[in-house]
Amino acid sequence: MTQRKVALFVTCLVDMMRPRIGFAAIRALEAAGCDVVVPEGQTCCGQPALNSGDTEHAIALAKQTIVALEPYEAVVVPSGSCGGTIRCHYPELFEHDPAWLPRAQAVAAKTWEIMAYLDEQCGWKPEGVQVTAKATYHDSCSGLRELGVKAQPRRLLKPIAGLELTPLAGEETCCGFGGTFCVKYPAISNAIVGEKADAIEATGADLLLAGDLGCLMNMAGKLNRQGSKVRAFHAIELIAGMGDGPAIGEEA
Amino acid sequence: MSGAPAEAASFKARADAALADRILKVAVERTAGTAEAKRAVAVDAFPDFQAARTRAAAIKDHVVAHLGPYLEQFEANAIAAGAKVHWARTADEACDIVIALCKAAKAKSVARSKSMLGEEIGLPHALAEAGIGRVETDLAEHIIQLADERPSHIIWPAMHKTREQVSALFKAKHRTPHEEETIAAMAESARRELRTQMLGADVGISGANFLIADTGAICTVTNEGNAELSLVPPRVHIVTAGIEKIVPSMPHAVHMLRMLARSATGAALTQYTTFYTGPKRPGDRDGPEEMHIVLVDNGRTRMREEGLAEMLRCIRCGACMNHCVVFRQIGGHAYGGTYPGPMGAVLTPVLDGLKQSRDLPNACTMNGKCQEVCPVRIPLPTLLRGWREKSWREGLEPQSLRAGLGIWAWVATRPRLYRLGTGMAVRAMRLLGSKGWIRSLPLAGGWTRYRDMPKPAAQTFMDQYRKENGR
Ligand code: SF4
Repeated sequence: MTQRKVALFVTCLVDMMRPRIGFAAIRALEAAGCDVVVPEGQTCCGQPALNSGDTEHAIALAKQTIVALEPYEAVVVPSGSCGGTIRCHYPELFEHDPAWLPRAQAVAAKTWEIMAYLDEQCGWKPEGVQVTAKATYHDSCSGLRELGVKAQPRRLLKPIAGLELTPLAGEETCCGFGGTFCVKYPAISNAIVGEKADAIEATGADLLLAGDLGCLMNMAGKLNRQGSKVRAFHAIELIAGMGDGPAIGEEA
Repeated sequence: MSGAPAEAASFKARADAALADRILKVAVERTAGTAEAKRAVAVDAFPDFQAARTRAAAIKDHVVAHLGPYLEQFEANAIAAGAKVHWARTADEACDIVIALCKAAKAKSVARSKSMLGEEIGLPHALAEAGIGRVETDLAEHIIQLADERPSHIIWPAMHKTREQVSALFKAKHRTPHEEETIAAMAESARRELRTQMLGADVGISGANFLIADTGAICTVTNEGNAELSLVPPRVHIVTAGIEKIVPSMPHAVHMLRMLARSATGAALTQYTTFYTGPKRPGDRDGPEEMHIVLVDNGRTRMREEGLAEMLRCIRCGACMNHCVVFRQIGGHAYGGTYPGPMGAVLTPVLDGLKQSRDLPNACTMNGKCQEVCPVRIPLPTLLRGWREKSWREGLEPQSLRAGLGIWAWVATRPRLYRLGTGMAVRAMRLLGSKGWIRSLPLAGGWTRYRDMPKPAAQTFMDQYRKENGR
């Protein structure tokens, strides 16, 4: 069997704040039989500019990202919102640019959120992974609504021995992160994440899981400020067998 | 109090006031939470709701693309049925027409059945200026009138008030208020207050949920039957309607009605759905002697030309605001315009200007829930992003943000420099943290005022990866 050559787009937040997620992604992809490359030319997908209305810079970053990712069979992203930017918004950005539109569309068509890729494209499941804990899952908005990520993470978490998955009330409700929203309108964002933190606490779970580091930092940061004991991980960390490491905000 | 935020100067100030108002939060949560739950049940029970949404969107797109011919057809049929049709380009023109009609009818008082278009064009205010008495027949609008406030929701204008607050208001303002603290007693108090005034009004003014082109009929829906009672007894009936309310025929109206009621309240239909075609005819026992229909543009044709045609699909169901995390926290008054929530954030810049309202399209997390629930599939996040782009192009966004994003993009388009910069940033951030968390981060006060920031790892992913791969 020839190995699939897969480009990992790390995302700027994972690169800076929590590299473990990138390594977990590589580990899971390799276990699923992929040959993983981390293209050098990548930095940020341009989402902060896009969502702020700064189209010019969004286009510049999109072009750079497209060039970096073009040579590979598939592109995998450990974030629904960056994956959504590439898949849904890059083609929109180049709507009126006949030279770049086909290139944007081609990259968009082969870009996947990591858990959707492992589950749907590789038909893979983790083996021999054990985490004894009660976990709850938050469905981050872009992954859910732009990319249809819902069942895939749950299917990947299910085979983990000892892991009990308990439903979160309002699991599809936005956590109030919203990229730059959380710093532009901090008081409103805080009110939203406050309710989310209460819902998480009410589940009695030990672990909070999600597929987007931005949302996780928002929820974990609020939980920690409130003195909560709930620990937060990107779901791919558990799936890749790295759930025994430090949670978000714990010293290594 | 809950009415106050509307008067505050800026969106942020109004939002802060709303966030501090715990009673407001309870009131909004009660109504929106119930609506959310009921809608979910109704949608589940609807055979192929997704296909029905697609059809609803297609109906609206079709009429929005052919507004002219359908409006002409409607006008011809409405005239044939005995109504008079007036056209208004702006809010002021619309008010002037209505006031002139009231004066011609020598009206001392009008009975108004709540319509959002009436709010949009400022009709309550215009009537007051003209010295014409006004009785609001919609119960919630009556509450708003007594409290001298503006509506905070397009379906439940008084959703920001709790029952307890309404009770106090009735006791202070009604001639014979309720003594028992029950909903029934309060409703009876309002009924006593309103009935006589309604029956004594010279003119009835309503909006329209649909204008039906092939018969010239207008359709209104209410839950209290107040439209019927306020429009039939007076001598003159005036309808004010946005030009986008047109549908080709009754079957289209019925399809839209099914979508409207379920999306708004989860009900299969509203209690009262009435079709009016022209004034009283010879031999009719009751009905108004004159019927006037004022068709209002007020920016709608411009929206079609300026890339906001999809917004003209809106049937004012309120589902987008009921499901919006931001609306649920701050309520409708904080938005500062006639229309709140996601749809209001798209419409207010059209009506009030982008400069005044640039906060609204920005104060959205882009979570996409509004689009998911919109019965006519309006891509609200895309339209909001369109306003953000315009605001950016026109230089309305804060200078600090422009500079910050500019520097970020400049560095991020130079990968080598970017690696160097992120590596340094990570090390600098680590100095600020203790035990894994940063409690206060310069330049990110908005974050650390309410949340802790996890301390980044010692090295960026890229640095670690390169080292491990021997490059
Ligand atoms: S935008 Fe959609 S959901 Fe919102 S009020 Fe209009 S029709 Fe209803």
